[in-house]
Amino acid sequence: MVGQHAEGKLDNGVAKVVCAAKAVGGDIEVVVFATAGAAVAGQAAAIEGVTKALHVDRAENEHPLAAVLAPQVVALAKAGGYTHVLAAGNTFGKDLLPRVAALLDVQQVSDVMAVHSTTSFDRPIYAGNAIVTVEAMAAPCVVATVRLASFQAAGTAGAAAPVEAVSTDAQLPAHTRFVSLAAQKSERPDLQSATRVVSGGRALGSAEKFKEVMEPLADKLGAAIGASRAAVDSGYCASDMQVGQTGKIIAPELYVACGISGAIQHLAGIKDARTIVAINKDPDAPIFEVADFGLVGDLFQLVPEFAQKA
Amino acid sequence: MKALVSVKRVVDYNVRIQVKPDGSGVATDGVKMSMNPFDEIAMEEAVRLKEKGVVSEIVAVTVGSAKCVETLRTALAFGADRAIHVVEEGEVQPLVAAKALVAVCGKENPDLFLLGKQAIDDDANQTGQMVAALLDRPQATFASKVEIAGTKATVTREVDAGLQTIEIDLPAVITVDLRLNEPRYLKLPDIMKAKRKPVENTTLGDLGVQAAGGLKIVKTASPAARSKGVMVKTVDELIAGLKNKGLL
Ligand SMILES: Cc1cc2nc3c(=O)[nH]c(=O)nc-3n(C[C@H](O)[C@H](O)[C@H](O)COP(=O)(O)OP(=O)(O)OC[C@H]3O[C@@H](n4cnc5c(N)ncnc54)[C@H](O)[C@@H]3O)c2cc1C
Ligand SMILES: Nc1ncnc2c1ncn2[C@@H]1O[C@H](COP(=O)(O)O)[C@@H](O)[C@H]1O
Repeated sequence: MVGQHAEGKLDNGVAKVVCAAKAVGGDIEVVVFATAGAAVAGQAAAIEGVTKALHVDRAENEHPLAAVLAPQVVALAKAGGYTHVLAAGNTFGKDLLPRVAALLDVQQVSDVMAVHSTTSFDRPIYAGNAIVTVEAMAAPCVVATVRLASFQAAGTAGAAAPVEAVSTDAQLPAHTRFVSLAAQKSERPDLQSATRVVSGGRALGSAEKFKEVMEPLADKLGAAIGASRAAVDSGYCASDMQVGQTGKIIAPELYVACGISGAIQHLAGIKDARTIVAINKDPDAPIFEVADFGLVGDLFQLVPEFAQKA
Repeated sequence: MKALVSVKRVVDYNVRIQVKPDGSGVATDGVKMSMNPFDEIAMEEAVRLKEKGVVSEIVAVTVGSAKCVETLRTALAFGADRAIHVVEEGEVQPLVAAKALVAVCGKENPDLFLLGKQAIDDDANQTGQMVAALLDRPQATFASKVEIAGTKATVTREVDAGLQTIEIDLPAVITVDLRLNEPRYLKLPDIMKAKRKPVENTTLGDLGVQAAGGLKIVKTASPAARSKGVMVKTVDELIAGLKNKGLL
């Protein structure tokens, strides 16, 4: 498993990929690529089910660039005789793993949502409107990304697994260079792992209104804020807030959709939400077909009232 | 500078797909087909680069059945100068598509290869990364801004943490995201003109690519349906319902 991390912290998704790896069975080794990765590998070693955590320390690993990481993953995969190479189905894993798969000459399995055997998996196609069961070839190995919304996070181990520094002789390219990362700093829970999410759509009308209406509800519920593509495209909020087929796939306990029509591409991102609340002025909006609680009316009145009374 | 753009024919994004009752796949007979929306964005970007004088020639390519020529005609109407059709009637998975596209790159030597970040039928999100790997060239996936200066490109990428900017040396592979641009509406004269532009046919065999291998699709099923919800009349009723479920 390739473990993603940033600013010294292992990504929350890693424990979910471990959960999927446990369903596959066998030893589970997590590798992190860093400049000095011992501490972050230690976090991986503390996840229940992990048998070993590896770190590859190189100056080139300061930023996660697929072209730089892929040859290292391939070198490890070949040398270590691994049966499976896994990563999270987020933008990190989606960027990296197909590059690894091609170098290993393997057809990757994207977005594993259920594990039937070491080679048989379910995955969604057509924005989750169909589920295929696929059989992958065992040799040379299985390469797969894991749909995070489909797995619980593995817990903390009683005793941490060993941590080991490893090196590879992989030649790294200089043709790809990191320039900058503009990250949204937020005190709110992370959208992908939040237990509650409130989302706004095109109906919010402006960035100001989006903030004014959605933030008090998010604050009250302790929720992360998401959005439809239309809200992001219209500039009401940042692109990393988009929920859906081509944005983030999430599985909160509670999802509140405000002024979102419920296009199939949006619904693809919330299929695993435990309870969906929809507030929309159009009683025929498709979002009501999937909502556990539907409330018809003007969101500019209803959402502030909800925030106040919740 | 030469740009190659790959375009895939997929079920139109507005169609509500139906899983065949026997589990053998998704019904596509008589269903509206279109160019993958991300590939429209890739085509649009190539055309804009040509209009700016950065790109001098655009070649569109597809790997798929005889019917995919429609998709190539759409690409030609967007402004591709010519097209290459790798005709293959069977299913084409990303690694096979990538190998075919790499073989086409070997003949065409593009400076820039634009693809969609994902095809909305298989939702694989693999092909561009695989092409870049097999060519041993840079990849800039999920691009929302592309700037080309000389033999370098600066690309802003939509990643989970926000917006990452990287610099890559050309030739390079770029996969495009939704917010890179808004594709133009095609005008009738351009659609007519596209009919006269050249389309070259080839096959996987001609390109030395084996179609075999890959994933075996065992069955296709509908996702589990959500149980029917309730309509509430007031915020108070909503809050009572959520409290009842232990959510508030
Ligand atoms: C390739 C592709 C990928 C896509 N990926 C995604 C994706 O990942 N995520 C995504 O979200 N979309 C995605 N889309 C876009 C998707 O098809 C829809 O266009 C989008 O989800 C619509 O956003 P919306 O619901 O906010 O806007 P609209 O569809 O315009 O809906 C606005 C809703 O607000 C309601 N409304 C208006 N005023 C009020 C009011 N005062 N009070 C209450 N309700 C009100 C209206 O009744 C309406 O239902 C994708 C599209 C394509 C082609
Ligand atoms: N058979 C194909 N023909 C042409 N382009 C393809 C084909 N398969 C994939 N692509 C390209 O690769 C992108 C990503 O597809 P995928 O990896 O299947 O999600 C698409 O947007 C296309 O640009």
